[in-house]
Amino acid sequence: MPESSHPPETPPPDPVEGGEAPTGIGVDEWVARSGESDQGYRGLTAPARRAFDHLAPGWRLAIAALAAATVPYLVKPGGVRIAIGILILAMLALGLNVVVGWAGLLDLGFVAFFGFGAYFYAIVASEQLPAHWPTWIALPIIVFFSGALGVLVSLATRRLVGDYLAILTLFFSLIFVEIVRNFQRLPFVSEDLNLTGGPNGIPGVDPWDFFGFTINTFNRHYYVLLALIVLLIIALHNLSSSRTGRAWRAIRDDVLAAEHMTMPVNNLMLLAFAAGAAIAGFTGTIFAAVTVGVFPTSFTLVFLITIYSAVILGGSGSIPGVLLGALVIGYLPELLRSPRLAGGLFYFGLLVALVLLIKPRQRLVAVLGGVVVFGYAVRLVAAAIWPDAITGTAAEGFISRLLDGWVLILGENVRIITNVAFIAAIAGALAVTVVKGWWQVAVLIPTIYLGILVWENRLVFQPSLTRQLLFGALLVIMMAVRPQGLLGKKRVEIT
Amino acid sequence: MEFFLQQTLNGLTLGSVYALLAIGYSMVYGILKLLNFAHGEVYMFGAFAGYGVLTLLGGPASPVVPVWLLLILMFAGSMVVSSGIGVAMERFAYRPLRNSSRIAPLISAIGVSFFLQASALFLFSAGFRTYETPKLIDISTGVTVGPIHVWLVRVLVIVGTAVVMVALTLWVNRSRTGKAVRAVSFDREAAEMMGVDVNHVIVVTFLIGSALAGISGVMTALVFGRIFHFMGFIAGLKAFTAAVVGGIGSIPGAMLGGLLIGMAEAYTTGYISSTFQNLIVFGLLILVLLIKPTGLLGKAQLVKV
Repeated sequence: MPESSHPPETPPPDPVEGGEAPTGIGVDEWVARSGESDQGYRGLTAPARRAFDHLAPGWRLAIAALAAATVPYLVKPGGVRIAIGILILAMLALGLNVVVGWAGLLDLGFVAFFGFGAYFYAIVASEQLPAHWPTWIALPIIVFFSGALGVLVSLATRRLVGDYLAILTLFFSLIFVEIVRNFQRLPFVSEDLNLTGGPNGIPGVDPWDFFGFTINTFNRHYYVLLALIVLLIIALHNLSSSRTGRAWRAIRDDVLAAEHMTMPVNNLMLLAFAAGAAIAGFTGTIFAAVTVGVFPTSFTLVFLITIYSAVILGGSGSIPGVLLGALVIGYLPELLRSPRLAGGLFYFGLLVALVLLIKPRQRLVAVLGGVVVFGYAVRLVAAAIWPDAITGTAAEGFISRLLDGWVLILGENVRIITNVAFIAAIAGALAVTVVKGWWQVAVLIPTIYLGILVWENRLVFQPSLTRQLLFGALLVIMMAVRPQGLLGKKRVEIT
Repeated sequence: MEFFLQQTLNGLTLGSVYALLAIGYSMVYGILKLLNFAHGEVYMFGAFAGYGVLTLLGGPASPVVPVWLLLILMFAGSMVVSSGIGVAMERFAYRPLRNSSRIAPLISAIGVSFFLQASALFLFSAGFRTYETPKLIDISTGVTVGPIHVWLVRVLVIVGTAVVMVALTLWVNRSRTGKAVRAVSFDREAAEMMGVDVNHVIVVTFLIGSALAGISGVMTALVFGRIFHFMGFIAGLKAFTAAVVGGIGSIPGAMLGGLLIGMAEAYTTGYISSTFQNLIVFGLLILVLLIKPTGLLGKAQLVKV
């Protein structure tokens, strides 16, 4: 979404606030929320939203779980597969939320713990060794070892401050993938023992099976996952308000202060790390069983960024927020996959961003009108001097066909022109955040046009690339505009 | 002996590249206490910018300008592109977060890195490209040191890095802006109160660090050939390791760390196996951090409350 919504300028930095040594007293949620209670909801949905606010968390969870339980009846069989993917992402996001959202540790090795659980399960429940451990034995062992691995990794980083932790765990992620890809034979133990299957991974993993009840269909997977997530949410909800949960948030907000309150900071960090790793490892076993195989490519940094995007978008630290984030981030790639839906999403997002960001109405009208006029002008000029520019075929879908007569669908040289347009659109989007007043309109009009040009000619056909661009931009924009995420709680610095 | 010398030379070349990259990491960390994950992407764009200049001027086989001028233009082009990206990154992704929590700029940096990688994928597509340096500078030209023959390009990289490092050291120690950089890195608030324009210093830091990354990118591409959209990631991590091993925040430390990491990698590849390359580098990092968390040349900083 580089077209329109780049971070607006924040006020100039307060000269007293240093980067390294916080001079404020601390960070507090409660103070930040003190003004909130005065603002009521407005509009038609206000009574429903007010009623929802008064519901106990348990009832909210029950409503959400019931709604989720109806999903397999409402969607096509393929849709259940997507829903399972979303649930897995949600579970991972819940686990990451413990480490990042509550304890404030930037754990970039999270995806490796997920991979560890998946590979462990695949090795003990397939023809690889061959071994077929009963699920009820395998699961606790894997969860235990995942947590233990988390403790080990965080022990190595015990003396280190946040940034070193991030980089070491990132290395851990990379090393993990490297190990499973290269060490299919144990070098010193046995030459015949193929442990990880190398680049080919391990196919044919057993499904979960509890005393004869085999979980082998999409619907069964879905309901088991849903039940597990509900249990996890209840556990995490209780953990969050427990002594440990409060201590985690205390060290997130101010390590030094927490230490002075005699909190065992190191042990708490270790515990958070282990808890996150155990949840990730557990999710890994489900993933291996659902996909009936594990492959090194499933545990790369791209997936790590996906989990992070879910946590950050929804609001790190908030359970409902993280779930919402997982829903959006998990469903997005599916939308992008079909050019028709992706187009709808793109223009809808663009419009919403414009409506939210451009304040006086007449300026919004000016921008929208300007873009339309600008497009026709470009088309006229192009048709006059370079007829080749309009010979391409539009992408499928209603919107794209509608726009075919307006935006240039390039025939030749599509690559080089869209490359230039891409750079110009990013430069324009960045410039919009700097300039003021009507200049903003003047910059926005060509920027939006170029964005649409790039979208219709290239991006709509490259869903995975679009997703990468989107997630990257999302992390940057969220951090600048709304670091607390959609449902997270704002924290203010008390000085 | 010959093999050992060869590997040492490889290590020196690789180390030069890492050192240049590590300086950028270290300078930015020294001033902002920010791990700039996207630094490797700046390096990658530098390598592509050099490739662009090379292609525009007729390609390696039949350049339209003399080779020395072509090389200078390639380095200049990559420095311009890289520093432009670096400065824009600081202005739009990091400056708005200057007073937020520690974790926010880190996540933003990951986002920038991811975004730049995807942009490179969009702009240059996924394939490998190569500078085809042997066509540009014949592989037989060079100097002979004892039993081994050193290709001119490698000499260029090693000598060029040494020159850049000396210049940078002089600049940081002697010039007014260099002193301001050191002052801000030492204590930002105090420097600000003494009238140092902190924003200016930060921009200059990103400018120089990114320009060095660009140089490093072109050097890598000249010696090792292949460039691709993912190249910055691993190189960035190695350079970061170099910066930490040398002592993050210290410029001589970054140079030393870069050379060490380069050597370690070359010897691992030569004597053990290239599979273990990353494992060894990682192990070295953990070892240094456990024994001397401030790095080899870093000084322990007391946190004032």
